[in-house]
Amino acid sequence: MHKYANPTQFMRIANAIYPWVAGLCLLLFAAAIPVALMFSPPDYQQGETVRIMYIHVSSAWLMMMIYGIIAANSAMFLIWRHPMASIAARASAPMGAVFCALALITGMLWGQPMWGTFWVWDARLTSTLILFFLYIGYIALADAFEDSERGDKAAAVLALVGSVNVPIIHFSVEWWNTLHQPSILKAGKEGVGSSVHGSILLPLFLMMGAFTMFYFALLVLRLRSELLAAKIRNARLSQIAGHSAAQPAE
Amino acid sequence: MAFENFAAFIDMGGYAAWVWTAYGLAAAALVGMLVISRRTLKAREREFEDLKANRR
Repeated sequence: MHKYANPTQFMRIANAIYPWVAGLCLLLFAAAIPVALMFSPPDYQQGETVRIMYIHVSSAWLMMMIYGIIAANSAMFLIWRHPMASIAARASAPMGAVFCALALITGMLWGQPMWGTFWVWDARLTSTLILFFLYIGYIALADAFEDSERGDKAAAVLALVGSVNVPIIHFSVEWWNTLHQPSILKAGKEGVGSSVHGSILLPLFLMMGAFTMFYFALLVLRLRSELLAAKIRNARLSQIAGHSAAQPAE
Repeated sequence: MAFENFAAFIDMGGYAAWVWTAYGLAAAALVGMLVISRRTLKAREREFEDLKANRR
């Protein structure tokens, strides 16, 4: 695993799988959108609003997965000083924040017609809002220092401390009484998702797959971008060093 | 197909405002992330090429 900490080595693999991930993402969206919006039946209780669930659950899945990826990379960065780990975390954080916002907003757009309110301060919603603030804090902290390595360190510590929130979000619907429905993808006796009808699982899995591939495809582009930013910084620094060497002070 | 006709599809069983706003925002968020990330990447690629050219 350690040899992938080398950015050149890592990007060789990332660039090679990029067209496949991007292609799979397009294919999944091409299937997910018509199935989610047109071909799947309305829910017998939620009616057509169940279609919001397909993007709500997908966004929520990504906000959790991306936070997990950031926390894991932060640990790798703090323990082994892998440069690729902090770059991956930095490139992921804005996407995590967007998916978290999307999960909150689509949840509200479903909550108003179904619960009769946009928001309740219950455990699931509040802990998700805290996750959003953690993302914002991470992004702000990572860029708060002149020296980007200090920002990486501070943000990594925040990410690890904040990771306690992830299981809280996940189990909140079981630990506390809440308006939010329990997980539909819980593995029951009859397998994963046995509590819901297959007609709802198909669009959900297609959309979750499409969102996940979207994240990985965009991550490759953003990793390239972050590495270039580091190269530009280094080139500028060596330019300044070169200048002062060519014109020594009197 | 879950809808009788196009009008019913747009109406979303009376929940048009909620469903279409949610999908519209999701589409805007994903396309927005893609556009911004690509634009930043292209700008940095240009900047790096310029830096390399100036050094020669």
